[in-house]
Amino acid sequence: MADTHGAAVSGHGPGGEVTKRDMIKLVATAGAAIGVGALAWPFIDSMNPSADVLALSSVETDLKPIAEGSGITVVWQGKPIFVRNRTPAEIKEAQAVQLSQLIDRTDGLDKQRVKAGHEQWIVLIGICTHLGCVPLGNKPSDPRGEYGGWFCPCHGSQYDTSGRVRHGPAPLNLPVPPYAFTSDTKIKIG
Amino acid sequence: MAGLHKSDFANPVINWIDTRLPVFTMMQKEYGVFPTPRNFNYFWNFGALAMVNLVIMIATGIFLAMNYQPNTELAFASVQHIMRDVNFGWLLRYVHQNGASMFFIVTYVHIARGLYYGSYKSPRELLWIFGVVILLLMMATAFMGYVLPWGQMSYWGATVITNLFSAFPWIGPKIVTLLWGGFSVDQPTLNRFFSLHYLLPFVLVAVIFLHIAALHITGSNNPLGIDVKTPQDTLPFHPYYTIKDSVGICVYLIVFAILVFFAPNYLGDPNNFIEANPLVTPADIVPEWYFLPFYAILRSVPDKLLGVCLMFGSILVLFVLPWLDTSPVRSARFRPIYRLFFPLLIISVVVLGMCGAHKPEGIWVTLSRLGTFYYFFHFLVLLPVLGKLEKPLPLPESISQAVLGGRGGGPLPSGAAAKPMEKA
Repeated sequence: MADTHGAAVSGHGPGGEVTKRDMIKLVATAGAAIGVGALAWPFIDSMNPSADVLALSSVETDLKPIAEGSGITVVWQGKPIFVRNRTPAEIKEAQAVQLSQLIDRTDGLDKQRVKAGHEQWIVLIGICTHLGCVPLGNKPSDPRGEYGGWFCPCHGSQYDTSGRVRHGPAPLNLPVPPYAFTSDTKIKIG
Repeated sequence: MAGLHKSDFANPVINWIDTRLPVFTMMQKEYGVFPTPRNFNYFWNFGALAMVNLVIMIATGIFLAMNYQPNTELAFASVQHIMRDVNFGWLLRYVHQNGASMFFIVTYVHIARGLYYGSYKSPRELLWIFGVVILLLMMATAFMGYVLPWGQMSYWGATVITNLFSAFPWIGPKIVTLLWGGFSVDQPTLNRFFSLHYLLPFVLVAVIFLHIAALHITGSNNPLGIDVKTPQDTLPFHPYYTIKDSVGICVYLIVFAILVFFAPNYLGDPNNFIEANPLVTPADIVPEWYFLPFYAILRSVPDKLLGVCLMFGSILVLFVLPWLDTSPVRSARFRPIYRLFFPLLIISVVVLGMCGAHKPEGIWVTLSRLGTFYYFFHFLVLLPVLGKLEKPLPLPESISQAVLGGRGGGPLPSGAAAKPMEKA
């Protein structure tokens, strides 16, 4: 083995000083490494969402059939989206919560989580922020936890009627997806 | 024999691993200092090129399989999905599709090199036989891969090729039903072809490993076809042939890139842009270019069974080639008559390829018969007889004498001549 590291092969001069060949080897190796690295990108990127998946980025939902006090689940980008018609009592309860009572205070006020003038509607991405289960609570008969919102059956996380986490282990509030009212009874998610 | 390996590597991490599993020592022995004839020409690049090509095919294939659907209802559309929707899907697919052509170009040159320089002769017969197995596996893999896009040519190619087996008396139709998993090429056929198309490349990797293991026992042949006698006849594989292979890889990648980026469908068939229709056969049905010579042999014979036998025989004859060629001299450089006939073999295969691309009418029938005749004549008659009759030219005493003789014995650059001696 050792003899292959001799002068002619390794390119070092007899005294071990840096030679022109060291430079050539370095440039050639770096060139090959950059080339292979650049080639890896198309392979990796091919695993990202394809154009047809991205094209399914918005869904329209009719709110008329949703009775007060219950919610529905619609699918957006393969994820469950909770759309719930809150009762006046639930709205009042959600608005009364102070930031200091919350685990996750980002966008913690109820008015940050609904569209102005449409306070009865709460739209949430229905995936528990703990480990990705779908919490229960859309139907009035579901367990909704102590705070009357949603209850995750996997590890017992509890969310209030604004989708804010009130009892762990989940660390974050249920996120609000981008959506807009296209009319008083229709929303477009995405 | 158990026991730790005594590693010479200075790097402590490498040394620790190498002591327990001497892979670094092995790589150094087989690809670092491996004594390689000093007189290789660029034809000796093509084995390494084929290796690179296989890696490219497996890499692109694995990523294509992530988006492909082996279902007769979905397959064609899923390929279009790859081409249009998947990020860089067009690149992965065109590299894979043209990579098959590049693979056969490289492999055919590699085989022609072996034929010209007598690389199949003793002691490399087993090495050669592994090579023929690799060729057969490549052909099976390429054929099944071509079926997957489920275009018209895919479907009818699959139908015709699997029907070849129906030529065998009595058991033929049973074999065909078994291959199809039904009574025509359909969902079970597509599904199993996908499974096998994914499997066979890994079988190829295993057989190529044996091919290379055998090569490293016998050592490489060389353009002079004479044995390595002294260390002066060789150079360490690295850096001399790693660099020479790298030059070849650059040229190969340029050709590959031109094909992929400027003419990706040049070697394809427009009929495969039409989804498979089991009720209508396309007007012209031809295999991919790399199968054309064999297709021409099949069609040159008016008898079904004989045609099939000759087609398979044209590959199988290669298995016994080491024993058909009776000449003890390897390289055609020293075989003045073989050297004249060798181009005829190449021409016959090229002409057969052209015949395969045309309808079997008029002149093409005659030409394909002439080509088929010469192909088999070359292997079965010429090579056995020529070895006995031909008077070879005098062989050089050694590789180093032949390589250095013409230079008038002047001083050599130290790296070229002195080093291998020191090593010994």
